[in-house]
Amino acid sequence: MLKIENLHATVADKPILKGLSLAINAGEIHAIMGPNGAGKSTLSYVLGGRPGYEVTEGSVDFEGQDLLALDPHERAAAGLFLGFQYPVEIPGVSNVQFLRESLNAQRKARGQEPLSGGDFLKLAREKAGLLKLDMDMLKRPVNVGFSGGEKKRNEMVQMGILDPTLAILDETDSGLDIDALRIVGDGINAIMRRPDKAVLLITHYQRLLDYVQPDFVHVLAAGRIVKSGGPELARELEAHGYAEVAA
Amino acid sequence: MSTAPLPTRRDEAWRYSDMEALTRLWPLPAPESIVVPAGGELRRAIVQDEGAVQQIELTLGKGAVAKLHVLNIGGAYGRIELNVTLHEGADFALGAAQIGGGEQTLEIITTVTHAEPGATSRQRVRSVLGGTATGTYLGKVAVARGAQQTDSEQDVKAMLLDRSATANAKPELEIFADDVKCAHGCAIGELDPQALFYLQSRGMPPAEAKKILLQAFVAGVFDGAEDEARLQELALAKLGELV
Repeated sequence: MLKIENLHATVADKPILKGLSLAINAGEIHAIMGPNGAGKSTLSYVLGGRPGYEVTEGSVDFEGQDLLALDPHERAAAGLFLGFQYPVEIPGVSNVQFLRESLNAQRKARGQEPLSGGDFLKLAREKAGLLKLDMDMLKRPVNVGFSGGEKKRNEMVQMGILDPTLAILDETDSGLDIDALRIVGDGINAIMRRPDKAVLLITHYQRLLDYVQPDFVHVLAAGRIVKSGGPELARELEAHGYAEVAA
Repeated sequence: MSTAPLPTRRDEAWRYSDMEALTRLWPLPAPESIVVPAGGELRRAIVQDEGAVQQIELTLGKGAVAKLHVLNIGGAYGRIELNVTLHEGADFALGAAQIGGGEQTLEIITTVTHAEPGATSRQRVRSVLGGTATGTYLGKVAVARGAQQTDSEQDVKAMLLDRSATANAKPELEIFADDVKCAHGCAIGELDPQALFYLQSRGMPPAEAKKILLQAFVAGVFDGAEDEARLQELALAKLGELV
């Protein structure tokens, strides 16, 4: 589904990713762990197409398309979802309005009919219920006045509504208490654990992986993947730290 | 007909104006005069969409209330000038948006005189400017001697879509009383790139993303307007042309 080869990227002319390669197949959940400054968030932004993150070498193939040639909204329409570490607050724009317009823009790009207001609200209500987020919060301006945990749950509601084939979740576990962590973990499983979907979880900690069991764990250090393994690698990292395992 | 000589850019109130366009429009028709009697109420929406200079002299009697909403969007040169006099305890509210692109010059000029005690005035003005357009707000609040307990506010924001566009904002206070509250705030900015990327990452094309952010930026000024839906619709259509 996703094939990253020898990816090099810079931010403000500073090299961050230095030859990263990774392949993700449908039905798989991958976790990328690594110390601060390793390039984890840069990887998610490069894949999402954020301005200012420049690819200098390498390629990214997403379901047979050159992902790097697409604009951010085209990547979304192609089935990519980026869960933000810091979801943005947008005063004056209601969640429901923005999500419905986003979903219908994606559907239009894929040659599908737009979803009616009624059908959309039904879908939104179902996904909000899954993440135990009050429907009233979805009618409020995007993320404005939301707690850290509510913002992350809102990200997952958006993921549920947009129904991507590949989700890249950048530290979706940060800022969550134990209960919210379980709700978010269950949400990821319910929405994304399917034979035709895949997830790339970016995280510092083992704890999210207790709820969302990865098939593969990779260690990212200094802009490259230095070690890959199964779920046991995450526990090893938790016990011994990055320095020892990634050495 | 006004017999006054054509102003020049040396006149502060015309400093940023499109003099060529003004010359074509000169002499201006006499200002429209509106008097709201004591205890009366006025609600009015003004849409300037063809290129004109519109001058209004508004007097609010004791305890009168006026809510004006202005949408300034059309023509090469569009200017709305409001000269407001408030008597005791009167309440004046202005919600205005000017949206311009290309080489448009749009202006909202207000003089609000608190002539007697206890009057309130609230002005909210939002400008969205692209291309080489110029948007100007000159707003003077004058508090006369003895007009104690005046409460006035000017809240002025402009959004530049291109670095080549210009926004001028000048709130001005002239106060001859000592027990007054006069607040003013001014900000000129650009669309938040983080918010834009967030919306696009969810599948919204760039023009739609910009439009929805700009709509949020101007929407509030028309709250409670006479004909609010029409004003919002016209504003949205104009924003659609700019992004």
